Amino acid sequence: MTATTTAGRDAVSASRPVPPGMVNALGTVPFFAYTAVFLVLPTILVVVGAFTARNGGFTLNGFTQVLSPRTVTIFGTSLWISLLTALVGAIAGGVIAYALSLSPAGSLGRRVFTALMSVTAQFGGVMLAFAFIATIGINGLVTRMLSAFPSLTPDPGFLSSLGGVAVVYCYFQIPLMVIVFLPAVEGLRPQWREATENLGGTTWTYWTRVAGPILLPSLLGSFLLLFANAFSAFATAAALISQQSVIVPLEIESALRNENDLGMDAYAQALAFGMIVVVALVMGAYAALMKRAARWAP
Amino acid sequence: MKARGAWFRRIVLGVALVYFLVPLASLADFSVRFPLTGKVDLVAWQALFGGGESDKLSLLREGLTNSLIMAVMAIVISLGLLLPTMVLVRLRLPRMSKVVEFVCLLPLTIPAVVLVVGLAPVYLVISTKILDSNTIWLAFAYVILCLPYVYRALDSGLRAIDLKTLSETARSFGASWPTVLLRVLVPNLRSALVSSVFVTLAVVLGEFTFARMLARTNLQTALFEINLSDGQIAAAVSLLVLGGTVLLMVALDLLVALQERRIRPSTRSDVS
Repeated sequence: MTATTTAGRDAVSASRPVPPGMVNALGTVPFFAYTAVFLVLPTILVVVGAFTARNGGFTLNGFTQVLSPRTVTIFGTSLWISLLTALVGAIAGGVIAYALSLSPAGSLGRRVFTALMSVTAQFGGVMLAFAFIATIGINGLVTRMLSAFPSLTPDPGFLSSLGGVAVVYCYFQIPLMVIVFLPAVEGLRPQWREATENLGGTTWTYWTRVAGPILLPSLLGSFLLLFANAFSAFATAAALISQQSVIVPLEIESALRNENDLGMDAYAQALAFGMIVVVALVMGAYAALMKRAARWAP
Repeated sequence: MKARGAWFRRIVLGVALVYFLVPLASLADFSVRFPLTGKVDLVAWQALFGGGESDKLSLLREGLTNSLIMAVMAIVISLGLLLPTMVLVRLRLPRMSKVVEFVCLLPLTIPAVVLVVGLAPVYLVISTKILDSNTIWLAFAYVILCLPYVYRALDSGLRAIDLKTLSETARSFGASWPTVLLRVLVPNLRSALVSSVFVTLAVVLGEFTFARMLARTNLQTALFEINLSDGQIAAAVSLLVLGGTVLLMVALDLLVALQERRIRPSTRSDVS
């Protein structure tokens, strides 16, 4: 075996008309070809498709429809629900991340809890919707427990409303916040607190003048990440809301389904294009904030 | 001061734990409770494991089989594509590493609902001209969804080993590049590979958007359909999948922790 491979290698090195850099670069072709077909091409198709009519000509029909009052409302709802769940997720997740950072590093409990967070952060989906139907739906566990207190019992239709969707989104937003924010709070050094105290600062001073400003960029960055996460979510809402398209991903689904209807030219692509723009802006701001947050990395 | 911190920690983490576990407990409860009477019955579980046959179950079986086949395909393709590329780039083309990283992390910033709009025409060509409309070809697109996670796992794995020394030593003993990859690097990257496999499995088993929009049957779309007629079976299967994923991930985390503990004191050296 050794003999054959050495011979094979000699043959390669003997007949080497191309510079080695070229041969090495050729090795990356499968990767780039694959990602070109399944990642870059679809993205280009969305962008180009947003301006292409069914007969292949140029059209602004898709964008005209996106700017119609109905679709603007849908975009507004999407932005609003993402903003709200990102805010709740950032606050609750931030507090949990801080509490977690106080527990002994490397302990079993902390490891299991962190692992639980990384799993639940990925839960968003059909199964999560089922879990909440089983919790606060008509026959849900919590609904039945609370049935003794009629004023507290959740409304059976709540889950298929926007508020219900927001509550379910928080279930994956909070753990995502814990995961992305934990490194930042772990970077807070106890010496900083001690220094504040030695200089006569109170807990309030520490949080508003020391820890707060240090954490602010990562806090805002994580908030943006959560926003993009909620904005892109589709499965949970699809499983909860069956009647109408209230958020952009649901509208894309129905647009894709009705693509051959008259006057629907480029609508799905234009909606998708709109989502790309929103997410690109948010992620750009995120990258800038993270660069700033990196200054305090240990 | 210290005691107050401990109480704060316990209360917050305790409440959080309850919040995250209640929906799972509810799912278990829902799967064994007949909705109209509230009586405990095991109909859903018996239907799942009793060996009976029905339309619902065959739909579920089809979805599960497709999802498992696609998980295996996605694992093989993503590792087969990424591992050699990343090793090559690290050893020979360091200037390309930023480009590879950018491409691999790109799917995080393109929502799946957006990607699927562009994938629809691609899959139209695949199903009519190249292959057929079988669900399993969706695995090609799932590779893209897993790319960021597999990249991160392999990246941290490759960072932790002395890639250059390992491969040069093996090469000077006459090993071919496939031998270097499979018999020298793969054993050293075991925990990175295991975590890529688990993450890919979790992503593929949980995927809904692509399958739904391209009208294919995978585990999640099958569950979606079944839930419309039988919530109990849907709850039982969801519990199995979610519970299985939680256990898988926690086990993975502990595995990695154990391995780190074993490696750190002796052999781990800094690679610049």
